[in-house]
Amino acid sequence: MRGVRRWGPGLLLVSPSIILIAVFVYGLIGWNLRVSTSDWREANRTNGFVGLDVYKELRTDERWSLDLRHLFLFTIAFVVGTLVFGWLLALLLDKGVKGEGFFRSIYLFPMAVSFIASGIVWRWLMNPAPGDRASGLNVVFDKLGVGFLSNQWWQHPEWGALALALPAVWALSGYVMALFLAGFRGVPEELREAARMDGASEWRVYRHVVFPFLRPVTLAALIIIGHISIKVFDLIVAIGGKQIVTEVPAIYMWVLIYDARDYAKGAAIATLLLVGISILIIPYLVYTVRQERRT
Amino acid sequence: MARNEKRRLPRLSRGTVFRGALLAVASVLLVVPAASYGGKKGVEKTSATSQLQVFSWWTGGGEAHGLEKLIAIWNKQHPGTPFKNETVAGGAGTNAKAVLAQRLAAKKPPDSFQGHAGAELLDYVKAGQVEPIDFIYKKYGFAKIMPKGLISQITYKGHIYSVPVNIHRANVLWYNPAVLKKAGITKVPTKWPEFITALGKAKTAGVIPLSLGEQWTQKHLLETVMIATIGPARWATLWKTGNGWNTPGVTLALNRYKTLLTYTNSDAASLTWQDASKLVADGKAAFNIMGDWADGYYRIDLKKKPKTGYGWAATPGTGGIYDWLSDSFTLPKGAPHRAAAVLWLGFLGSRRAQDTFNPVKGSIPARQDANPKLYDTYLKWALSQWKTNKLAGSLTHGVVASNAWNTDVDTALGLFLQNKDVAKFQTSLVNAANKNT
Repeated sequence: MRGVRRWGPGLLLVSPSIILIAVFVYGLIGWNLRVSTSDWREANRTNGFVGLDVYKELRTDERWSLDLRHLFLFTIAFVVGTLVFGWLLALLLDKGVKGEGFFRSIYLFPMAVSFIASGIVWRWLMNPAPGDRASGLNVVFDKLGVGFLSNQWWQHPEWGALALALPAVWALSGYVMALFLAGFRGVPEELREAARMDGASEWRVYRHVVFPFLRPVTLAALIIIGHISIKVFDLIVAIGGKQIVTEVPAIYMWVLIYDARDYAKGAAIATLLLVGISILIIPYLVYTVRQERRT
Repeated sequence: MARNEKRRLPRLSRGTVFRGALLAVASVLLVVPAASYGGKKGVEKTSATSQLQVFSWWTGGGEAHGLEKLIAIWNKQHPGTPFKNETVAGGAGTNAKAVLAQRLAAKKPPDSFQGHAGAELLDYVKAGQVEPIDFIYKKYGFAKIMPKGLISQITYKGHIYSVPVNIHRANVLWYNPAVLKKAGITKVPTKWPEFITALGKAKTAGVIPLSLGEQWTQKHLLETVMIATIGPARWATLWKTGNGWNTPGVTLALNRYKTLLTYTNSDAASLTWQDASKLVADGKAAFNIMGDWADGYYRIDLKKKPKTGYGWAATPGTGGIYDWLSDSFTLPKGAPHRAAAVLWLGFLGSRRAQDTFNPVKGSIPARQDANPKLYDTYLKWALSQWKTNKLAGSLTHGVVASNAWNTDVDTALGLFLQNKDVAKFQTSLVNAANKNT
């Protein structure tokens, strides 16, 4: 009886949250899984169990492969872009400039702008109109004499998805910068001093002392950016609308459920997105919990 | 170093924790049901006095204006059954359809809802969410005054499920007369070879031969090319039976479409249909193929004069064919005020309603007895065409294909636009037809 008295009140306090999460998160995930293994299409609500047939169908679906390719390119550009720019910005700010707080806010601000708003502005900027109808960045390039940089942006059939990542990099580099800045600042000054006293140049101090400390931060940034990238939806819709040339899995899911009324396939895509994100997040969570237990 | 004394946090008394926990549970139990009522704001309980709840996405421009006029007439004729205008804005009905689907699933339908006449309504029909309204057609004699082709194309398994209010035409070729003159195009093309010649002349003259917009407008273009190549009878067979997709006629149509795409602007994916129309109006493009809602855009928004600032004709190869689409209204099962809904549908099919709504909206009545004096330049031409043309239902606007089939066509078209492989395109269309029939 003594045991319950100790953890009973605590359990009671968090029980509403547990119940809500159990129902609205895990319950609905389970329901989604159920729908994805049924044959529920349009008005045919027979809920017959078809196992993994829908997933097999997705595997041979060319539109799905195209979406995955777009997502893959987008993710690469997004992750590399934010990591590089975030790291550069953090490096610059780490030196301790005047008005660092001001610059930090400026770089962090784009994250507060909704993807729809920035998507629409970037849609204008990345206007692919050629020749004398050019506008947006293409016309800026022309005027500055670097006309060869004018291109089709997100409309390019092969590499267009890389252009889609530009607004995302712009929005989230500041966030990664904040992560790296915290990482840089977390390096004990004594270690840097010791390295300098041993005759290391500033660059070598960074390379051999500071960067190894950044591995956990890089991992965190990678995970967070990666999981945002897998779910990306509103940014792509704001830029490319409902077109296959820019489609990513989340948009295909939306089209399947609301237009084609193919609920089983839409649910299958939702489950796959969840699995993809879990593959990123769960090992990371396990890793951080273990780290915390050790310290 | 002082001894590390573990500082204990002040412990809450058990009583406090219990009270806190109970408060948390109680507040959750109150909040959750209240939150769930928030979503049902738009639905009222059926009131004792009668009313008419009509659900549509006519929230802007000519359509909203036309709807208001209809509402005024209704309220005067039926003072005891006031009109309740339940509209949902956005995206050519995609938001509205989502809201409607929820209401129908929750068994709280409106008294009538808007939908594109034809296969797009099939989802509702197959789900048993709308009633057949053959009795309304009989009572008011609609079958006698609306074209036979129209009636047969909105009949499913012997029953009709909606009353068409307006008719739009999809196969219209819009052009800029000044640009045509400059390019040396003396006659508006009516056949495919003339069209290609004209497009070539436009290209030489340095303008965009055929302006094009985002993916759905490219599907719109495809359907006009197909109807022109295989004709309305075979077009109807393709969709009614699912057969005929693997024929040389379709191959020819797809190849023609591929050729046509080479005469379009490279930035099509980033243009809305209005942007593409504006290219013609601004003299940057010679031709554009779009439905006749473009007339309102040229005339009212861009302030161009019909026949001088912009011109129109049937798309090459579709002279005498009306590629139609229609907004129509239904009778949902379990409509809260069914008697009023039936009267509403009868009213919608009347000459007065259609001649009030359509001139303002920029479309023509489904009835063939419209008063031409009420309609402007383009619509007068459309009215005369509607009386004599053969009918072909639109694919892009939901007449011949259900939502699921339309999405499969989108997939096939989208992939074709990437790889330009006609054989693969045709195979995907064959598979889509087999899947959906």
